[in-house]
Amino acid sequence: MSEYILEMKNISKTFPGVKALSNVNFKVKTGEIHCLVGENGAGKSTLMKVLSGVYPYGTYEGNIILNEEEQKYKGIADSEAAGVAIIYQELALIPELSLYENIYFGHEIKKGMTVDWNETIVKASEMLKQVRLDVNPATKVKDLSVGKQQLVEIAKALSKNVKLLILDEPTAALNEDDSANLLDLLRELKTQGVTSIMISHKLKEIVSIADTVTVLRDGQTVCSMDAIETKVTEQDIIKHMVGREINNIYPKRENVKIGNVCFEVKNLTAYDPTLGREILHNVNLNVRKGEIIGIAGLMGAGRTEFALSVFGNPKGYKVDGEILVNGENKVFHSPKDAIGAGIAYVTEDRKGNGLILIDDIKHNITIANINALAKSSVINENEEINVANRYLESINIKAPSIEQCVGNLSGGNQQKVSIAKWLFAGPDLLILDEPTRGIDVGAKFEIYSLMNKLVEQGMSIIMISSELLEVLGMSDRVYVMSNGKITGEVAADEATEQGIMAMATTI
Amino acid sequence: MSAVEQKAMNQKVSLVEEVAGLFKGNIREYAMYIVLVAIIAIFSFITDGLFISSRNISNLINQTGYIAVLAVGMTLILIIKQIDLSVGFVAGFLGAIAAILMTKSGISEWITIPIILVFGLVIGLFYGFLVAKVGVPAFVATLAGQLVFRGLLLLVTEGSGTIIIPNKGFNAIGNDFIPDIFKGSSIHLLTLIIGALAIVFFIYSQIKARKNMKKYNFKVVSDPIFITKLVFIAVIISGIVWILASYNGLSWTVVIVAVVVFIYNFVMNKTTYGRYVYGIGGNAEAAELSGVNVVKITSMVFASMGLLAALSGILFTSRLQSATTVAGNGFELDAIAAAYIGGVSANGGIGKVTGSIIGALVMSSLSSGMNLMGVGISYQYVIRGTILVLAVVFDVMTRKANK
Repeated sequence: MSEYILEMKNISKTFPGVKALSNVNFKVKTGEIHCLVGENGAGKSTLMKVLSGVYPYGTYEGNIILNEEEQKYKGIADSEAAGVAIIYQELALIPELSLYENIYFGHEIKKGMTVDWNETIVKASEMLKQVRLDVNPATKVKDLSVGKQQLVEIAKALSKNVKLLILDEPTAALNEDDSANLLDLLRELKTQGVTSIMISHKLKEIVSIADTVTVLRDGQTVCSMDAIETKVTEQDIIKHMVGREINNIYPKRENVKIGNVCFEVKNLTAYDPTLGREILHNVNLNVRKGEIIGIAGLMGAGRTEFALSVFGNPKGYKVDGEILVNGENKVFHSPKDAIGAGIAYVTEDRKGNGLILIDDIKHNITIANINALAKSSVINENEEINVANRYLESINIKAPSIEQCVGNLSGGNQQKVSIAKWLFAGPDLLILDEPTRGIDVGAKFEIYSLMNKLVEQGMSIIMISSELLEVLGMSDRVYVMSNGKITGEVAADEATEQGIMAMATTI
Repeated sequence: MSAVEQKAMNQKVSLVEEVAGLFKGNIREYAMYIVLVAIIAIFSFITDGLFISSRNISNLINQTGYIAVLAVGMTLILIIKQIDLSVGFVAGFLGAIAAILMTKSGISEWITIPIILVFGLVIGLFYGFLVAKVGVPAFVATLAGQLVFRGLLLLVTEGSGTIIIPNKGFNAIGNDFIPDIFKGSSIHLLTLIIGALAIVFFIYSQIKARKNMKKYNFKVVSDPIFITKLVFIAVIISGIVWILASYNGLSWTVVIVAVVVFIYNFVMNKTTYGRYVYGIGGNAEAAELSGVNVVKITSMVFASMGLLAALSGILFTSRLQSATTVAGNGFELDAIAAAYIGGVSANGGIGKVTGSIIGALVMSSLSSGMNLMGVGISYQYVIRGTILVLAVVFDVMTRKANK
């Protein structure tokens, strides 16, 4: 067997007007865990799509050599047949089907003309055991947590006799426990001869797991670092990613002026009728003027549910408790009411419920406060264009014009559009739900700096984040949630990663 | 000075490029007009000019009226990813109610018409309540409505059969033309004057908008293209006006449709309501979390559809001068087809009221032309169905290519 399972040579790929990849060379050793990193738009996903046949042979330049054979894929089916499996950030499972149906979906085990369900269940159970998922294979996918669904995806890949497993940001949506579990599994698969390529933005994970780290920047390979021989640090990776050293990922605030309590929640309890259980129990929390509050916790701790309950309760939970804005008791019947009281909420899922992807930047920025631009419902379009251009410049949204469709922007720029929308609404309290998920280091820094600027101007921010370092680096005070309850409150300078993790795991 | 320099540069270097760029960026929109012109040209050629004759064009446009107003309402419905399958029989039923009010109850047509419009509005509001508030899928709610109103139409016309309407004022809506205040000429002068005013108003508003854009330093198309566009549209309006004026002039139907299109076009493009409708179509959840009252806007869109269904019923009943037991059968499908041909996205969020009017004209030009050629009704259905699917295929392909 050769040293390299995969060699991609001089890969170039051009989209109308953009050169996404130019002469990329990418080599993966047999049996290693190879991490691929780079800012958003660096070309990682494009490269993996070339490798998996999403972009078929002929639509790119260069050669792919897998197991010493040149590959010319016509589609995904060909790459799968060659033993390449790709697992995307957005999971491709069918929620209403069982685990065993999902695992063998598309390559069913057949007996004559019909599906052999008994054999399927037996084989699927083996696959689930292999990914250390101890659940009944007849469970429906929708009843599993995201972390477990990820494992099902891997089981599905294993069932296809995968030789080369590609994971696109596998831990982006996972809590720390599930992430650790997943990384362990990759190590175990390595001992069984499965080679993995992992795309990730979480540098800490990369440092802990990678045998080799390849950095892409602007569609080119910057370097490939052997992490076994010499230790690769987070700073090394960041340096290559952005081409500059960011000494301080979390910029310090200059004029901290924290005022009185401007927003308070008392004994907030919420019941979700569709789940049939309580999702928030007696939550008490307050925010001062000019303060950044961090809400830490694991996935499913109830943080997003808290934000939604406060922000006009659009999901129709049964909510009890008091919400006080500047000491005044408020009841919000819809997000509209909450916005009227000066609250803004940047959602966790910017594509799903944050932005209107088919519309342009301009309309996305103004929608939450369009009435400010209208006289008896008639919009002053010239003024609207001015507003949009102002934000394009002031928070550095990288786009050719405000007429650009938001769906075509990178994750970081989409997030900036989401934030711009709420800044234009002029809130006193900005709730940011996972504000830096899936965006690159450079854009993260810009968003942190923007947050600091906003609180210096007197805004208050609640930041919900699963990244502990981010919470510690940005907050003045940290609340920790677990299982729908606040399990701790600490000042940021007294908080430690271990301390918060301990509170996040108490039930 | 820089504006002048820039203009000069544009003319020299990139006029061709600009045209190509405009065409590429707006191919979906331009294609619709090209198809309409092609259909008109082909039919005119095949029928030795009979198709383009004043009488035929006038008839064609007047026949499109009751579908056109439905297509306008349906555009909004489809943009917010809903559907209304009941509009045909709502129109038919309300037309029959109008006939009954005027003949049996002896109510004047000028009182009947507002009553019917209010009925339509109420029916639409009820759908809005079912769909937006209760959460019944629009397909189911309006399919049920289709059955109900079909039944009600039969019920109210069962005893009498076709109801002949004697009211001259009512029948004028679908059949008569605006009076010519300058009588004695073979040409309808008032129509020509209105046409001329429309052209002047159009050119004035375009120039004003462009000036305003320049004031804010926004990008505008270069002068030659702007002038070409103005001349082109002015020529088309004059052509249509001339054809109509040499027959009986503008019909009341055209006036009503024009007013409806003007209002809806304004609401959709210039007001917050229009923005909310597009927002809900693009991403309802994001719109709600941005403070849009999705239930209210959805209800309003259904209410407007009900109102326009009532108007459609009035136009149709008036045109036939009677209410029949099968009035409205299949209108909803023509209206939906017109909207899709006119560029409403099958995935919602995208579409224009003016486009749907073009779509309606494409459909009725096809019918009219094929009738003149003596094509059987069975073939006509097949051909119209094919055109519809081709339009949506083209739509999907161009959107993919633009991504």
